[in-house]
Amino acid sequence: MSTITHHIPEPILAAYAAGALDHPFALVVATHLSLCDACRADAEAHEAVGGALLEETAPESLSAACKAQLMERLDAPHAPEPVYRRSGVYPGPVMEALKGRPPRWKRLGGGVRQTILSAGQGGSARLLYIPAGQAVPDHGHNGLELTLVLQGSFCDETGRFGVGDVEIADDTLEHTPVAGAGADCICLAATDAPLRFSSLIPRLLQPIFRI
Amino acid sequence: MSEQTRWMLAVRDHRDRAAFAALFDFFAPRLKRFVMRGGMGSGQAEEIVQEVMLTVWRKAAMFDPERAQVSSWIYRIARNRQIDKLRRENRPLPEVLAHDPGTEPDAGQVVALEQETVQLKQALGKLKPEQREMIEKAYLGELTHQQINEQTGLPLGTIKSRIRLGLERLRHELKAMRDE
Repeated sequence: MSTITHHIPEPILAAYAAGALDHPFALVVATHLSLCDACRADAEAHEAVGGALLEETAPESLSAACKAQLMERLDAPHAPEPVYRRSGVYPGPVMEALKGRPPRWKRLGGGVRQTILSAGQGGSARLLYIPAGQAVPDHGHNGLELTLVLQGSFCDETGRFGVGDVEIADDTLEHTPVAGAGADCICLAATDAPLRFSSLIPRLLQPIFRI
Repeated sequence: MSEQTRWMLAVRDHRDRAAFAALFDFFAPRLKRFVMRGGMGSGQAEEIVQEVMLTVWRKAAMFDPERAQVSSWIYRIARNRQIDKLRRENRPLPEVLAHDPGTEPDAGQVVALEQETVQLKQALGKLKPEQREMIEKAYLGELTHQQINEQTGLPLGTIKSRIRLGLERLRHELKAMRDE
């Protein structure tokens, strides 16, 4: 854990604590917090700010029945929520997104594979599998992209990223990530816009692969 | 140890309904205003308040006074509940760090956290009105992450650094778990 060098930037952590992040990005942050004590402590400190603001909020009067209704519900039976535990390299939040099942990989060519975890208006989250030493096709972004390494490592123009590290990319970054030697690289990636591949054929295939 | 922490521990360890009612009396009206700021009507806001307080009762075993103030913990539950409701999907949450609810909390740790929170409130009290307004908007989820990013004058880090023992406390907790 102590080897994590690329953390979640402060504004994104604050946005996570405040619930302002769309689901794909919140998934990356929750997964990083499961691996990184420093960012977990930071996120909890942001919650302390939220809590202090809550304490100082002016009270709004409640209807007469509100409390009595609740006190009656306290002992009502309820089904416990499912708890998703870490499985192999996949932390709990990823297992929840996978609904507790192993990933079902789809080939993207060149040995690269992906599993879409969620795709919607707020962006998409996917797992990417990149064989050791293999490059991900050259691509830029239309918006924010967070990439968290779960296994192996990758390098690009901005540095080296190992397990637990997060790369933050935006539309100014044209990069070519290459998986490091050793274990094949598995990443969790969230984007708020489709990736733009620089070569023609992958761009034509984008709608098919939803990448 | 603060009154709120004692109430919450009585709920956690003894399922004390009177202590829970006291927590309700303090937090429920504030939660209601908090939720209504997001544009929700009074009736719907009360439903959310009830669900948040019901979660406080049901998940009390997860409350750890060495790591979180009662208000921080309730803030987290309230944001989770609001997001689940608004987006109809579960907000992704980090893995839970298990702690042994049978152990007595370390009073020194609990008091240190409370003192930091007092400093945090003092720092909030010293903000200029427009900064305070932005901070409230940010933590109530009224700003997008792009807007939070663009607010370069927002003293996010400065205020939050009042809780600087956070990491130390977490290490203490993890060490206790590993020593078992």
